[in-house]
Amino acid sequence: MIHVNTKINGDDVEFLCDPRETLLDALRDKLGLTGSKEGCGTGDCGACSVTMDGRLVCSCLVLGAEADGKEIGTVEGMAEGENLHILQEKFIEHAALQCGICTPGILVATKSLLEKHPEPTETQVRYWLAGNLCRCTGYDKIIRAVMETAADLRKAS
Amino acid sequence: MQYHTPSSFDDAVALAKDAQGVTRFLAGGTDVLVQLRADIVTPDVLIDIKKIAGVSDITREGEGWRIGVAVTGAEMSEHDTLGKEWPGLVEAMDLIGSTQVQGRATLTGNLCNGSPAADSVPAMVAAGVTVSVTGPNGERKVAVEDIPTAPGKTSLEAGELVTAVHVPARGKSGGDAYLRFIPRTEMDIAVVGCGVNLRLDGKKIVEARVSLGAVAPTVLLVEEAANAIIGTELDDAALDALAEAASAACNPIDDKRGTIKFRTHVAGVLAKRAAKIAYQRAEAAS
Repeated sequence: MIHVNTKINGDDVEFLCDPRETLLDALRDKLGLTGSKEGCGTGDCGACSVTMDGRLVCSCLVLGAEADGKEIGTVEGMAEGENLHILQEKFIEHAALQCGICTPGILVATKSLLEKHPEPTETQVRYWLAGNLCRCTGYDKIIRAVMETAADLRKAS
Repeated sequence: MQYHTPSSFDDAVALAKDAQGVTRFLAGGTDVLVQLRADIVTPDVLIDIKKIAGVSDITREGEGWRIGVAVTGAEMSEHDTLGKEWPGLVEAMDLIGSTQVQGRATLTGNLCNGSPAADSVPAMVAAGVTVSVTGPNGERKVAVEDIPTAPGKTSLEAGELVTAVHVPARGKSGGDAYLRFIPRTEMDIAVVGCGVNLRLDGKKIVEARVSLGAVAPTVLLVEEAANAIIGTELDDAALDALAEAASAACNPIDDKRGTIKFRTHVAGVLAKRAAKIAYQRAEAAS
């Protein structure tokens, strides 16, 4: 077993993992952070999206051992207590989800997008989210929720 | 499976030399971890090279560039100067996978995975990129086109690994481009890819390299295609000769993504289009 020291959503965390274990499995099975989902397990669907040192990655394609010394951000770190992140509020407002499996990954991915590109074009949002698959609600509502969040954040700043 | 994080390439080589069973080097993991999870390749020893100093750096090397073996596609795209000098190379890398994959995937991984459809490899071949390889028998420098030998196979010997990617000096009046055909707009594997890199003297092409991906068991450097445009001003006759030479070099497979006939034709079309873009870029740099 490998002893991993990492930081998740700002908290210092330690866990033991098998060398083959993915970060996604460690998050879900060792740490009880089940917001990140496994869709494909091969880096195609984005449901397991997290940030590692601020960089958007698929946690199914990162080993738990690789998280050592890194800072991980998951969907659990978005809301502050009962207060939802503005993206989460907008997704509810726009009904930008149905079954919800893809939603945590899309939230993490769009948060990362808006941090890098506060004024994205619709095309930019669609390309950024090309690796986040949704099989029920379609993408339009998601794109509209993201575009409106970006506009609101610009007004607020 | 053992997991190691050596702090130097010498340590990595020593670990690989002593390893029993299947050994894999881990950089971004976008191929290695997919293969591990799908039980296609189950390493007994996994050597993560990301803790070696300098592997995430893009640095000047003379007038050219040294790209560390763990530099990600996202880091290449975000770099201030690399993409201005070598837009084709950076764009080719950027075509691979999603935003998430870009956060991890590397040029070296794309090369060592040995896929004939790897997008960054034709762009590297056209650009004349070389890699440093180290192993139990010392170091050597190898042209990118000499690394892949067959689908999923490379000329790297047991215990050898790539330690750096060397991009040549851009120099004056040069331009490169890479284009691929996929049936979608994103998140797909090249049906055909084509890289072109050329240099002008006035309006005349004086140097050129043309490469093709996904139309043969390995990425191809097509000298006949380059010769078709060297000495020309990329007029219609030169473009037609280029397309003909590119198509003639194809030896593709027939599969659900493209027939032999389709791939052979598209190789010529992409070669023309990529050459025009590279030519425009070279003119703009003149």
